[in-house]
Amino acid sequence: MDKFTTLTGVAAPLPMINVDTDMIIPKQFLKTIKRSGLGKNLFDEMRYDDKGNEIPDFVLNKPAYRNAKIIVSGDNFGCGSSREHAPWSLLDFGIRCIIAPSFADIFYNNCFKNGILPIRLPQEDVDKLMDDAERGENATITIDLEKQEIHGPDGGCITFDVEPFRKHCLLNGLDDIGLTLQKGDAINDFEAKRAASQPWLSL
Amino acid sequence: MGAPKTLFDKIWESHVVDTQDDGTCLIYIDRHLVHEVTSPQAFEGLRNSGRKVRHPELTLAVPDHNVPTTDRSEGIKEEDSRIQVNTLDQNAKDTGIHYFPMNDLRQGIVHIVGPEEGFTLPGVTMVCGDSHTSTHGAFGTLAFGIGTSEVEHVLATQTLVQKPAKNMLVKVEGDLHPGVTAKDITLAIIGRIGTAGGTGYVIEYAGSAIRSLSMEGRMTVCNMSIEGGARAGLIAPDEKTFEYIKGRPMAPKGAAFEQAVEYWKTLPSDEGAHYDKIVEINAADIIPQVTWGTSPEDVVPVNGKVPAPSDAKDPGKQKAIARSLEYMGLTAGTNIEDIRIDRVFIGSCTNGRIEDLRAAAVIAKGRKVADHVSAMVVPGSGLVKEQAEAEGLHEIFLEAGFEWREPGCSMCLAMNPDRLEPGERCASTSNRNFEGRQGRGGRTHLLSPAMAVAAAVTGHLTDVRKLG
Repeated sequence: MDKFTTLTGVAAPLPMINVDTDMIIPKQFLKTIKRSGLGKNLFDEMRYDDKGNEIPDFVLNKPAYRNAKIIVSGDNFGCGSSREHAPWSLLDFGIRCIIAPSFADIFYNNCFKNGILPIRLPQEDVDKLMDDAERGENATITIDLEKQEIHGPDGGCITFDVEPFRKHCLLNGLDDIGLTLQKGDAINDFEAKRAASQPWLSL
Repeated sequence: MGAPKTLFDKIWESHVVDTQDDGTCLIYIDRHLVHEVTSPQAFEGLRNSGRKVRHPELTLAVPDHNVPTTDRSEGIKEEDSRIQVNTLDQNAKDTGIHYFPMNDLRQGIVHIVGPEEGFTLPGVTMVCGDSHTSTHGAFGTLAFGIGTSEVEHVLATQTLVQKPAKNMLVKVEGDLHPGVTAKDITLAIIGRIGTAGGTGYVIEYAGSAIRSLSMEGRMTVCNMSIEGGARAGLIAPDEKTFEYIKGRPMAPKGAAFEQAVEYWKTLPSDEGAHYDKIVEINAADIIPQVTWGTSPEDVVPVNGKVPAPSDAKDPGKQKAIARSLEYMGLTAGTNIEDIRIDRVFIGSCTNGRIEDLRAAAVIAKGRKVADHVSAMVVPGSGLVKEQAEAEGLHEIFLEAGFEWREPGCSMCLAMNPDRLEPGERCASTSNRNFEGRQGRGGRTHLLSPAMAVAAAVTGHLTDVRKLG
């Protein structure tokens, strides 16, 4: 996983609530056995017509947002399925940060496993950043994870919360499995107790 | 005696392996379910890092999303689907996990197979790379969906890095009206709390209306917890639960079963346990429910009307209603029962169990699917199909003009050839009505199996209670 320290880029505005995982990456693209190459199908049904031509009005098809690194959106972003193809497709497109008032739990969790930073902010802060995002290339936003700050194009600064452990993993690009395997003794102890107290769980 | 605990607290606390300073926990996972769509990259990750599956015997895999529901003797026609299922075949073989391949009688939707096999047990933690893992909460199992990175983590370590959820209690008290089912309860709950109402929570369902449900009905309720934003739903285990589990192939047997039951009886929430949020619903207020829009919270009673954007106060919700109306091809103010349908889908991990097929067959018996409607019944597993055929249910469906298919996820998410064409409108017993969910441009109305049959035979959304 790539480290996330600071990020500067254009933010694409997606002013709608309940952006679901079927919108982010429709099921026909889940038939892959790879993690890569999904960026071209990000938001596929909103981005292309049924002949595969780009729909010019969709934000990521507009010249100003074709290289967006950030998405600003509404409540409950990422609701629906557990498909990690959703963060994979965002990442493959080049999106490393999503800012919204709230996120669905599974999606939120999946982002951190892939070096994407989801930021929850109060609605008024999101509204301000949405306005900035509407200005396209004239409005790059900088995110500093270490300081937990978002710097807007007009010099404004918004702070955000992130859980310390998740922040630590993102800043250092750490692999969860490697960290957990260091706790092998604790897992062994737990398994020994479990086998003694709940023997019916063995298969 | 310590402070009173909820069912969730008890399961959580008994599974903590390690706690970090910021409250992040490492929890032990007792049972792991796997299907072909969200697992290939996890197995690949293990291979690339030279890691092994820690406990192959605690993982059960079955292909369900991609499998055809028509004749399978020739295999899978679509190359990408075939590769994904073949990859699971190979990964199961290489790692030694439990596996029911496509042509095994026990194959079916992973969330139907787990309980059928007795793999799902009270008081355990269970995960799967699928958001409808919440289904298993019906047994008092802490079960939730995870991403593929976490699937890899569980395969390698049999643990997960998690923070505890908050507790929500949804209490449904009273008697249900005839014709009102578990699906109507869950839709009514989501309509009440909203699609993000359960975010950050585990929902415990309680009250006399929940207790009176069969295990199948309880699974339907817990299944859709995620549609209300909650990763997991829970129902306290009771005699019905123990009776359902007893004798199933992977369930404990003999003295071990008796010992397990003694433990399971200690799991229900203690008197006075704290909930962060409580929602109370009167069962008598629930009539058959349908969704009109493109979010599971877009619920209306069948005798209601399609709403207008101005019915919502929040500007974000107003925009969402306007967008849904356009996508669904509906006009505000239309009577729900005047909505004409083209397709009917009965099946899925929400409503593909034997009780669902029995409820559907009661309404289908002696009636005919309307001329302009194409309708299909997809059993949730090979064992459900076998049981239904033993009871003659398939003959009732075939006689009425329904197609009778092989088991799988099918048109719930349309990863196999079962899908809607653009603009087609479907009465569906599945769980999501998102844009494009059942096929690009397809329009989904969620409802119960009995209501789906009512729509099939009249050709429009219909209050099943009128059919008697």
